[in-house]
Amino acid sequence: MKTFKQIYDHAENKITGIAAAPGIVIGPVYLYTREKLEVINGEITNCKEAVKNFREALLRAKKELSKVFELAKEKMGGERAAIFEAQLMILDDPILIETIENRIYSEKRLPEFIVDDEISKYQKMMMSAHESYMKERAHDIGDIKNRIVRNLQNRRWQSKIKKEAIVISESLSPADTVLFSRNDVKGFVTDHGGLTSHAAIISRSLNIPAVVGTHNASHLIHDGDMVIIDGFHGYILYNPDEKQISFFESKLEKLKALQRELEEYKGKPAITTDGKEIHLSANVDVSGEIDIVITSGAKGIGLYRTEQVLEELSEFPTEEEQAKIYRNLSSRVYPNNIVIRAFDIGGDKFKYYDFQEPNPFLGLRGIRLLLENKTLFKNQIRAVLQASENKNIHFMIPMVSTILEIRETKKMIEECKKELKKEGKNFDRNMKVGMMVEVPSAAVMAELFAKEVDFFSIGTNDLIQYLMAVDRGNDLVSDLYQQFSPAVIRTIFYIVREAKKAKKEVSLCGEMAADTLAIPLLIGLGLESLSISPSTIAYATRIIRSISYKKAKKLAADCLSCSGEKDVIDRIEKFFEENSITRTRNLI
Amino acid sequence: MIEKTVKIVNKAGLHTRPAATIVKLAARHKCEFFISKDGININGKSIIGVMTLAAEMGSELVLTFEGEGEEAAAAEIIDYISRGFDEQ
Repeated sequence: MKTFKQIYDHAENKITGIAAAPGIVIGPVYLYTREKLEVINGEITNCKEAVKNFREALLRAKKELSKVFELAKEKMGGERAAIFEAQLMILDDPILIETIENRIYSEKRLPEFIVDDEISKYQKMMMSAHESYMKERAHDIGDIKNRIVRNLQNRRWQSKIKKEAIVISESLSPADTVLFSRNDVKGFVTDHGGLTSHAAIISRSLNIPAVVGTHNASHLIHDGDMVIIDGFHGYILYNPDEKQISFFESKLEKLKALQRELEEYKGKPAITTDGKEIHLSANVDVSGEIDIVITSGAKGIGLYRTEQVLEELSEFPTEEEQAKIYRNLSSRVYPNNIVIRAFDIGGDKFKYYDFQEPNPFLGLRGIRLLLENKTLFKNQIRAVLQASENKNIHFMIPMVSTILEIRETKKMIEECKKELKKEGKNFDRNMKVGMMVEVPSAAVMAELFAKEVDFFSIGTNDLIQYLMAVDRGNDLVSDLYQQFSPAVIRTIFYIVREAKKAKKEVSLCGEMAADTLAIPLLIGLGLESLSISPSTIAYATRIIRSISYKKAKKLAADCLSCSGEKDVIDRIEKFFEENSITRTRNLI
Repeated sequence: MIEKTVKIVNKAGLHTRPAATIVKLAARHKCEFFISKDGININGKSIIGVMTLAAEMGSELVLTFEGEGEEAAAAEIIDYISRGFDEQ
């Protein structure tokens, strides 16, 4: 039997990237390109025919959209699907339709031009409004405009993707990934992005293989091409030969057998050979994932990113809407806990303000933005409190860099409690409030922060990027995004130590925790709680059940004295070897 | 013709869902219905028009109703807005 290395060494049809989510998939490709709409301003003679075409295009658009609406209701719940309902109403808007038809008759121009021109007027009005959510709304209007124009041009609905396809794309926006999560996509390949890009995170949470940062996959591979995606090693083989296919088919068989084996770990506690139990909870990135959480064996939700609600609703939800969503999640995971993180807007996640910040990652994001927008923040605090009756909700603040931010937040929470009490509403009076430790200034001051909050959650994605001063999305420097850098390890060690000294809970919720290579080290550093993608719970449980805490502590001590990332990785690999633990990718 | 100024009392403002409801309510009546705010005048039976209004909590809208059933239409829509779109 050949090895992976032998297969890849001789392959000329190989594309190299970053292994972003484990797994193997073989199949035809769906090349996803975001459309650029070109509208022709042409004259017409037969206006009657043009109006007929326009009406038919509206009908087709309606048919498409009803399908999306149904899908959205099913996957996101009726409440969040409301935006599509409004879009459907626009297709029936009597005033709009009448205006467009009158203009076709009087101006004698192609309906696609009239539609584009007429609807763009509304978009412009929305764009010029000061209210930030109007920009999002203008976007929705743009969607509907494109849909009508596309149907006038008799083109296929591009954003509707084939079910069960392998998606290859230059990059993927959060909105794209939500769309794909509804379509049972079988694998992802992107030209840009690293381990923490949206495509990578979503792939891990949906448990589908992904390779990112390939630079040129979307140019080399054509729509319909056959490909093999290897999410363990980070390779793609396009138009594979028979030998390659049969090699990977046999690997797939083995992988399936392994996954059946992993099923057994689902109900078992994550406990080391010498009896140390590690609390494994789940990160929730997309709605619909909650079902996976329930069946994964996770002990509750260690990180619920509320900004996903905004991405899916594309406007700010009301206090009541939020409370309903949070309450539902809290009952679904009860008696386990759920850590709800306040909106982490800004950075690359969600554009709240119209202006472009020169350095969004160093700009107005997380708690900084929330404290600038007190109404928005207060709505969320009130919603979280009202959902907290089960007493299993913890509230977490992102991007904290100063003590004052925490104090101000706590003051606001107290105010909200007072208000709710006056209004006669029930809530958990002792709801725990914690913070993300992801900014170096907070890490360095962990000793003092530990006195201010109930718990810490170490967010390694941002912590590493700020500590190493490296943009995680920039291919030119992404090799400096070193999760095993001794600087990172020492920082984590310090945070954990200070939290324990103050007798406060500490967990780690970054992508690092999902890396099987990192798990023994993290446990050795003293972490007793990890929050990871639900699909990786079984993998992590298997690793934890095969290591001893004592040896992990020794491993961590060794790594703390290393001088470079490579030394650390070598040391961890030696640990795996010495203790005969096989990494998942080596099992197949 | 009926002309009336109303205030948005809903915290979230005139967001997508109430905009849709207002248009649906208006469609039940034969009279013409216009909404104006900050110099923008839009047809209240047009969802795309109503969505164009960036009406936050506290902002004022001038509603005009004219024609058959104007009184019933005005009563229904003004009531819906002052109830905070049934969301509070």
